[in-house]
Amino acid sequence: MSRNINQPNSSPKLLNVNKLAVEFDTYGGVVHAVRDVSFSVDSGETLAIVGESGCGKSVTVQSIMGLIPMPPGRITSGSALLRGHEILGTAMIQGRDIRGSEIGMIFQDPMTSLNPTMSIGDQIAEPLQVHKGYDYRKAYSEAIKLLELTKIPESTKRAKQYPFEFSGGMLQRAMIAMAISCKPSILIADEPTTALDVTIQAQILDLLQELQRETGMAIVLITHDLGVVARLANEVAVMYAGKIVEHGSVEDIFYRSAHPYTLGLREAMPTNDPDKQSVLSPIPGSPPDLFSPPVGCGYCARCPWSMSVCENKNPEGFYLNEGHYSKCWMHHQQSPVKPTELYFEQQTHG
Amino acid sequence: MGKLVGEPILEMGNLTRYFDIGRKQFVHAVDGINLTVSEKEILGLVGESGSGKSTLGKVVLGLEPKTSGWVKYRGELLPQKYKARDFQKWSAKMQMIFQDPYSSLNPRMTVGEIVGEGLRLRSGTTKSQIKDKVADWLLKVGLQTDHMSRYPHEFSGGQRQRIGIARALILEPEFVVCDEPISALDVSVQAQVINLMGDLKEKLGLTLIFIAHDLSMVRYVSDRMAVMYLGSIVEVGKADEVYFDPKHPYTEILVGSNPEPDPNLERQRASTTIKGEIPSPVNVPAGCRFANRCPKVEENCRRVTPKLIPLKDSDRQVACHLLN
Repeated sequence: MSRNINQPNSSPKLLNVNKLAVEFDTYGGVVHAVRDVSFSVDSGETLAIVGESGCGKSVTVQSIMGLIPMPPGRITSGSALLRGHEILGTAMIQGRDIRGSEIGMIFQDPMTSLNPTMSIGDQIAEPLQVHKGYDYRKAYSEAIKLLELTKIPESTKRAKQYPFEFSGGMLQRAMIAMAISCKPSILIADEPTTALDVTIQAQILDLLQELQRETGMAIVLITHDLGVVARLANEVAVMYAGKIVEHGSVEDIFYRSAHPYTLGLREAMPTNDPDKQSVLSPIPGSPPDLFSPPVGCGYCARCPWSMSVCENKNPEGFYLNEGHYSKCWMHHQQSPVKPTELYFEQQTHG
Repeated sequence: MGKLVGEPILEMGNLTRYFDIGRKQFVHAVDGINLTVSEKEILGLVGESGSGKSTLGKVVLGLEPKTSGWVKYRGELLPQKYKARDFQKWSAKMQMIFQDPYSSLNPRMTVGEIVGEGLRLRSGTTKSQIKDKVADWLLKVGLQTDHMSRYPHEFSGGQRQRIGIARALILEPEFVVCDEPISALDVSVQAQVINLMGDLKEKLGLTLIFIAHDLSMVRYVSDRMAVMYLGSIVEVGKADEVYFDPKHPYTEILVGSNPEPDPNLERQRASTTIKGEIPSPVNVPAGCRFANRCPKVEENCRRVTPKLIPLKDSDRQVACHLLN
């Protein structure tokens, strides 16, 4: 597992997203949905983007994929380099070269993401016809193979059926089959198991892991479930109010949490260790209004250790070790507050 | 029925609810459930979607009529099918908190009207009394009194769930069914709502049935846990015992599928994925309902329906041939 993600001057990765910012014009004003998001992901790796609803995790990947309606959306800054080529907001991502072939995507709600008037087999065959230029018959037989690969029983019969004849778990498998049909180098999974039962969730997570092992594709997993993150991810980016507040390996995030929000999220969940924790500690309040995002740290209104600098000045990322950074002023050398609950490096540098 | 904490407050006997879907086909949503809830306990109800958890909750409260079987509340038999007068009588004692905070509040009523409606329908309360009480309850659930004149769309999911809680508890019920009260909420807000419910339960001495599919949360919240599969209960016992030492093969798989927020633990754990999906609850055949997905299935399982039987020397009940 590589750990030198997001370091300045690191060698180009498969996908490099840098300083992405996205805004939306609404009747209520401009929503600053994504503010300065940078991450990268390499082949065979799984990056999880974690955060609560409204923190901008879906907007981040949708803007990379060119799926943001513009207007009202607007990408105000940033770049997304796929193998060193800029794709953000370009004609390339709008066209058929990348979306669906180089980058596959699976969506949260399998019930509404598929076309109800097309058979499952036809839907899976479509990207193969479009991107690979297969004729219908070849694409259709490939679609049946893909259904087998995603472990749908009686695939020949199932390919003829329509989405309403499938259960939620089966539809999600069909959607995965479609997303991987052109052997993408990156699979973006936006809350792939949120609508599913735990038993079916476990099946889908196993399937994703198996497919990654076979094809070596990179997975960008968007979720709010820390259990799913622990199961699947190598790298984790924790998002809050449109920014990545902490980034690191999965061990960094779970065992060496360095941002109060990461810690807050973990303490708000019940652990299954009976002696460890007796009360849940909720995070008080609610996320800030992104119509007028706070000048300083977005979390400071809910943070138990907030200082005056947090309100006035936006914290930069403080690196704790290679690939692990936290955007929190408490990691500054001169910070008077160093709570024992958080992880601190002996030598911090800005 | 095993050892209970307090006096039984609610008893269900062979409780059944079938839905007629025509052509002599019936959905066995709730199929012969025997369960007792004792005073001031929290009974967690878990299972996959389609296992009949919500229907059971609604049948208990009379929001769905019973096909057969009975429910007793403090020894008093509840009506088979509720009439308006029955709702008047029992809604003061039994209430429900609904799953979806978006669709369970009338968008055309103000929060004051929503929360106060139960009191308004009860005779002998004046308008100003209702207003005072609503204001009081909004504060209790962590909202402000001036929220009374606002409409549901002006609130976030967590705030709406609080409105739903205030609406259910303002009548000071003794028994509340919480149907997935937190599954539509974000993690940090879930903990807020859970702690609020815990506080109110202590203060008011409530008895709760807590329906959820989040096993960790149910284990954390509940005293006892009941696992449902395809309309029937496969295992009941103390929440910690059921979670940490599951006896029924289905419970084992359910617990094994629950991802823990701990990467080292997740990596060590062998994959316990279950094959297939929950079968259709239409015209369920004889034998164990779990037989076609069970990794430990035996010949007998496909023929004889196992009964929920208490295990030796414990208050656990399991419906599995392999254990009896």
